[in-house]
Amino acid sequence: MPSALPDGEPVPADGALPAAALAGSADRPLGFYLHVPYCATRCGYCDFNTYTADELRGAGGASASRETYAATLTEEVRLARTVLGDDPRPVSTVFVGGGTPTLLPAADLGRMLAAVREEFGLAEDAEVTTEANPESVDPAYLAELRAVGFNRVSFGMQSARAHVLRVLDRTHTPGRPERCVAEARAAGFEHVNLDLIYGTPGESDDDWRASLDAAVGAGADHVSAYALIVEEGTRLARRIRRGEVPMTDDDVHADRYLIAEETLSAAGYSWYEVSNWTRSPAGRCRHNELYWTGADWWGAGPGAHSHVGGVRWWNVKHPGGYAQALAEGRSPGAGREVLAEEDRRVERVLLELRLADGCPLHLLAPQGADAARRALADGLLRPEAYADGRAALTLRGRLLADAVVRDLVD
Amino acid sequence: MPATPSNVPEPRRTDPALIRNFCIIAHIDHGKSTLADRMLQLTGIVEERQMRAQYLDRMDIERERGITIKSQAVRMPWSPTSEDGTATPHILNMIDTPGHVDFTYEVSRSLAACEGCILLVDAAQGIEAQTLANLYLAMENDLTIIPVLNKIDLPAAQPDKFAAELAHLIGCEPEDVLRVSAKTGEGVGELLDEVVRLVPAPVGVKDAPARAMIFDSVYDAYRGVVTYVKVVDGELGRRERIRMMSTNAAHELLEIGTNSPEMTAADGLGVGEVGYLITGVKDVRQSKVGDTITQFHKGATEALPGYKDPKPMVFSGLYPLDGSDYPELRDALDKLQLNDAALVYEPETSAALGFGFRVGFLGLLHLEVIRERLEREFGLDLIATAPNVVYRVVMEDRTEHTVTNPSEFPTGKVDEVHEPVVRATLLAPSEFIGAIMELCQTRRGNLQGMDYLSEDRVELRYTLPLAEIVFDFFDALKSKTRGYASLDYEPTGEQSADLVKVDILLHGDKVDAFSAIVHKDKAYAYGVRMAGKLRELIPRQQFEVPIQAAVGSRIIARETVRAIRKDVLAKCYGGDISRKRKLLEKQKEGKKRMKVVGRVEVPQEAFIAALSSDDGGEKSKK
Repeated sequence: MPSALPDGEPVPADGALPAAALAGSADRPLGFYLHVPYCATRCGYCDFNTYTADELRGAGGASASRETYAATLTEEVRLARTVLGDDPRPVSTVFVGGGTPTLLPAADLGRMLAAVREEFGLAEDAEVTTEANPESVDPAYLAELRAVGFNRVSFGMQSARAHVLRVLDRTHTPGRPERCVAEARAAGFEHVNLDLIYGTPGESDDDWRASLDAAVGAGADHVSAYALIVEEGTRLARRIRRGEVPMTDDDVHADRYLIAEETLSAAGYSWYEVSNWTRSPAGRCRHNELYWTGADWWGAGPGAHSHVGGVRWWNVKHPGGYAQALAEGRSPGAGREVLAEEDRRVERVLLELRLADGCPLHLLAPQGADAARRALADGLLRPEAYADGRAALTLRGRLLADAVVRDLVD
Repeated sequence: MPATPSNVPEPRRTDPALIRNFCIIAHIDHGKSTLADRMLQLTGIVEERQMRAQYLDRMDIERERGITIKSQAVRMPWSPTSEDGTATPHILNMIDTPGHVDFTYEVSRSLAACEGCILLVDAAQGIEAQTLANLYLAMENDLTIIPVLNKIDLPAAQPDKFAAELAHLIGCEPEDVLRVSAKTGEGVGELLDEVVRLVPAPVGVKDAPARAMIFDSVYDAYRGVVTYVKVVDGELGRRERIRMMSTNAAHELLEIGTNSPEMTAADGLGVGEVGYLITGVKDVRQSKVGDTITQFHKGATEALPGYKDPKPMVFSGLYPLDGSDYPELRDALDKLQLNDAALVYEPETSAALGFGFRVGFLGLLHLEVIRERLEREFGLDLIATAPNVVYRVVMEDRTEHTVTNPSEFPTGKVDEVHEPVVRATLLAPSEFIGAIMELCQTRRGNLQGMDYLSEDRVELRYTLPLAEIVFDFFDALKSKTRGYASLDYEPTGEQSADLVKVDILLHGDKVDAFSAIVHKDKAYAYGVRMAGKLRELIPRQQFEVPIQAAVGSRIIARETVRAIRKDVLAKCYGGDISRKRKLLEKQKEGKKRMKVVGRVEVPQEAFIAALSSDDGGEKSKK
């Protein structure tokens, strides 16, 4: 979640949604994102909405502290229940992200999950994920997570190389994430993801291969591989500007992406989204798929974004202000946008085109359809999918996905 | 101590013997406007409380840049102090001259309206090339020169040194050089006395058909064209019907008068007098500088000498950044032309830049001023192609083409190409002689002569192809002489030269805006420089883009913009979607502003940067 919030119209104090947003909701899955805005230290590349202080206060004196955070977040889950009214849908996915969720006791994560379960009910096959930092979990913690209802865990591995982890300010030691996978399996987690970052200054092709090999060897059934984005305002951006570390060139990113595709596909993984690979369709992250298919999700926590039926809103960023709003019985929403028909079409194209299945050609306007024909001729779209009425990216197309999107949304 | 005399002679009834017509020749910043301000105060025609700095400079750009584009004539009474205590009111007409190289012709007409001139030089800096060029013009016009050092109050002033320099230049004694401070007013009264004493009274035939020379013509939004004239023979009365002798066009005089310093209607103007007239024409091209005005009935048969049609020397394509601003650009040029008889333009279409105009200018400053006015006064964002001169191309079959746009250079068998040549005067401290000679050498210059103005200041005279000056000569000269050299030039004719057209191709498609006509020996350097520059400026596309420079079908330089391999943001989760959609909208806006050459998308910034001369010259000379 990027730290800067978009501009939008105000959210009503009670968080109420326009009636149209709830129409036809029964046909859409509903997910919950729960944000934990605490970290032990801030990593140099990170611009997420997270804080290293244990306690943050709002203007009215309300406090968002690590100790009581689960209770604070529960307030918003209750608000969600009120806003969604008699929406009968059980929740099909829950994803706890951060920050560092595992900085909280497993029981607190369990309490947050319980709040969702109590207010909405969980679908029988619900996917319940939490992010975890390798250095902040142990077998007992993982067992407890499993016991309170989590069935998927995502570890921030980033790299198998110590020097790369150092540039990223990650504190775990190489080898620890791989052991985490084993411990998670032992604790009974069926689905385990490892997050990797490529293109860190100082990383070589071989470093990157080693990281991929380690992730594959650890037996994760899902791998996310992200090019390092140097966000403005981060410590890493300053270090690059001062020339302390070199900026990684886009061509190097392209090489690394190709290495990832090659290594992962050789190991039996296949991509289903530009940055995500899995060993089996069952291993896909269904929660993330909600984002990519325009489903409904409620994001609870400071700075979290939500989307229900074409209305997108986002909460105030600061945990103190967030707690303050909830303490006063107000929605913590900072702003929202009601998507126009064309916005929703554009979003569908830009999101679905990133998926292996691509987006249906009938979504494209005449100009976009022309652009799709050119992209096909240029080898950016897969001919068999195109013949099937879908715009789906080739390997080269994946690397140029944003350019293709720019042309196809016309 | 304002000394406004009583019983001041009125216009039309002023004895020519009491008239002194003079101008001030000075370099930018040497204090001409400040001196004029003091004179306005001292002669009492502007009251203290109405005084503002640079009173006579009307346009904002003039005031900001400290230069005068349009001249004006001010009628001031002055009774010189005489030994016997009597005071005879005289009429001083101060004729303001434009101060720059590009306006040599206008300067020469202003000078022709005068009998004397004040040569005003900064006592801390000495004379500059442009001043020198105008001084020579004044001497050619037989004007009486009054040398004056200004800013004697400055701590850095070296009046003795520069007095000697001026004396050497005009052939007088150093003691004859007056010393004033326009800022404090010191010496200004004495200067006015000297003007009366030294400048000859105008001489003309009173009982003859009127002949008045136009030395300036200014468009005013409320009054139409205001024409400034000096009556040489006869007289012009109000409500008279007049005739422009170059076109034989007749006009009714709506008003005639003098500026003191605001326009004041009068009965008429007599021999030797300077003033304005208004006929209701709306376009300065109907009232051209240098033309002669006479009465419609029984008018003069022979015009005053020296009339020339203004001829543009430098051309540039001007294109609106936003193609939909084309009509605004046309309207703006129409409006500027009302006040600028030298400005010419015609529509032109560029495959790369869209619809625009090929605009002709007197020179580089003229170009700069017009461009700045278009951008500032009319709020237009423009792309300008590199300035070029006019070529006369003679084919083997003896047909001739006049080329004002390099992309229209004729194909086929070219026999000769003629280019304009200028006589350039460069003034600089002598330590820079080597650097200047080297620069002029690389610009195909021929040294015509060299003179020491003083021990450490030297004047160099060169003939140079105008084309070599219009590109980045000023910048190169400044950087090689740390800003100490000054330059003036005037067209002297043309020469035939070994010139070729270099085209720039992007992905095989010619970019007309980048075509240039250069000397054969420099074609390679130009090609390499442009290709190199464009390689830096053109963003990577989804395919490899070759950039080639070619003379005819021969490729002389090549660079390649490699294909982009990655254009995708790795993450796109719940909180990223709005940002991503908004970024997409912004990028689409940016895409609209791209110019497309063949299949290559070129940002406008790249065109602007590639067409500007900045740093380009340095890179080519390694």
